[in-house]
Amino acid sequence: MTNTIKSVSGTGIPLMLDDIDTDRIIPARYLRCVTFDGLGDHAFEDDRQQDPRHPFNASKFSGATVLVAGRNFGCGSSREHAPQSLMRWGIKAVIAESFAEIFFGNCCSLGVAAVTAPRDELDKLAAAVEADATLEVVVCLENLTAKAGDLCIPVKMPSSAREALITGEWDYLGQLLSASCAVKEHVLTVPYLNGFSA
Amino acid sequence: MSDRRNLFNKVWDLHDVRTLPNDQTQLFIGLHLIHEVTSPQAFEILRDRNLKVACPNQTVATVDHIVPTADQSRPFQDGLAEKMMSAIERNCDEFGVTLLDLKDGRQGIVHVVGPEQGLTQPGMTIVCGDSHTSTHGAFGSIAIGIGTSNVAQVLATQTMFLSRPKVRRVVVNGDLAPGVYAKDVILYIIQQLGVQGGVGYAYEYAGTTIDAMSMEERMTVCNMSIEGGARCGYINPDEKTVEYLRGRPSVPTGDEFERAAAWWLTLASGDDAEFDDEVVYNAADIEPTVTWGITPAQSVGVSQPLPNVADCDAGEETLISEALEFMGLAEGEPVKGTPIDVAFIGSCTNSRMSDLREAARIVAGHKVADSVKAIVVPGSQLVREQAMQEGLHEVFEAAGFEWREAGCSMCLAMNPDKLQGREVCASSSNRNFKGRQGSPTGRTLLMSPAMVAAAAIEGRVADIREFAGAAV
Repeated sequence: MTNTIKSVSGTGIPLMLDDIDTDRIIPARYLRCVTFDGLGDHAFEDDRQQDPRHPFNASKFSGATVLVAGRNFGCGSSREHAPQSLMRWGIKAVIAESFAEIFFGNCCSLGVAAVTAPRDELDKLAAAVEADATLEVVVCLENLTAKAGDLCIPVKMPSSAREALITGEWDYLGQLLSASCAVKEHVLTVPYLNGFSA
Repeated sequence: MSDRRNLFNKVWDLHDVRTLPNDQTQLFIGLHLIHEVTSPQAFEILRDRNLKVACPNQTVATVDHIVPTADQSRPFQDGLAEKMMSAIERNCDEFGVTLLDLKDGRQGIVHVVGPEQGLTQPGMTIVCGDSHTSTHGAFGSIAIGIGTSNVAQVLATQTMFLSRPKVRRVVVNGDLAPGVYAKDVILYIIQQLGVQGGVGYAYEYAGTTIDAMSMEERMTVCNMSIEGGARCGYINPDEKTVEYLRGRPSVPTGDEFERAAAWWLTLASGDDAEFDDEVVYNAADIEPTVTWGITPAQSVGVSQPLPNVADCDAGEETLISEALEFMGLAEGEPVKGTPIDVAFIGSCTNSRMSDLREAARIVAGHKVADSVKAIVVPGSQLVREQAMQEGLHEVFEAAGFEWREAGCSMCLAMNPDKLQGREVCASSSNRNFKGRQGSPTGRTLLMSPAMVAAAAIEGRVADIREFAGAAV
């Protein structure tokens, strides 16, 4: 199975707040489920209820695929339900000033492109998207740029995650399974699995 | 030549199956803990791909997040919770994984159960689909929270890909003043380093303050590593670690235990171990600490005023204004005296015996304020049973606390225990995010269990050091 993701393009949605935690992205009551189906309907549910002007309430952003966010996006819980809800809402790429680590890893597992950019550049991108919600944003993982109209900003992504998306090898399970012989041998070297005499 | 690797790197190297050209390590996992919220979709992935659980003997499940703490009769009143409970029962049965369920006397919060059963041991790699897995680092293991796709990977292969983080030594030296607890130490560290200060790092907690802590206190510190952005936090194993583990059900006995203990102690970072970064704090600078905002770093010493927006660093104004507005608190006002509606003692941070004993000592002979609903939720059935043998439940109930069954409860309110409306909760848990405790507009003040106990009685945030009869 190859599913290469070299670039993501679509309209943008700005959410330039810092420390957006996973409880805000998907409140815990929606974790009472055994599949991820339907989580897209509840992305930012409580924030949207409390703020009618929340971008996820604005019809002009309803078809957006590129989320532009602030610092430490996705902090808190390890719940994969958070990127799942964004993905199912329609988000395919997140450009943020920085990410919390588990959230970033979960995005990688799902093939959601999570890239970082400097704050001043992000502010410009967010302003451009806010001003024209029909503007196409192109996140190019090969060139490491995000373009929107006349604006072109540099983005970053750890090389391992970037290569996985570009080559389509973000099905980590398949790769892990391919080393099963090495794993069996490795078990023999772990002291606590060998009576502490290995 | 001595081994200058710190504990983290020693343990990592021991579990390194292979390193890919892109620097990702395929890391072997020694212990995989599972609960009902983040595992059903992972088991579904295994079914879809016709895979088995690779190492069922290194995989242990329990139920905690959705467990009702009042009426536990089946089927649960919440149909969705019942469905999740049935799913983990079926999955564990079908895939041969041990499940410590409600009928099993060992059930409880996964991060209380692991150490209690001796499943958690020094030198292991431990993962769980839960960010507070860092708790297990208290034993000198690499313990990290993972997402559901990772859960599926570990179930199927007992390995996962990770990039080696840097290691920062967080040193705290000196004696804690009376009324200052492990919870205050970690809240202070997060306040100093920020909620994203630990991104890309594992934290080694060290120094004489940490050395002096009990294992339960060390678990409290490591538990909240993730609130400071560090996916993993750990403490070097010492004689306390060995003695805590001796005799626990999943720990070897006899000569094997002695070999284990000797090996565990060799893992500790040496005096000349190398670190990527180091910060040093003085225990004397730490007060009983209370969060006032919507991130765990937004805290102050209980005698301090809330921040003034104008005095904040550039770029922080929006965050602080948003937090003050949500909390309904005014800048520059003292945090002490803030009225509360609910008091919650529980969670994987603070629901162990030492937490309950200390809280009970504070409430003994007092009454919970009329305006306050107060609950105690022990971290596990074994903690609950021990507390009842010591009569702690009677102390709590006499004071007006409700004494509940074990689970995560109001830490994240996936069960029926929830704040209502804009209630303010003094909570011994780990997160004060907006809506965290079940009401979208509910408000959380994080603090030590002793401070929660004092707040419950006063009906407002109190300074434990001044609390009548506390004799801290």
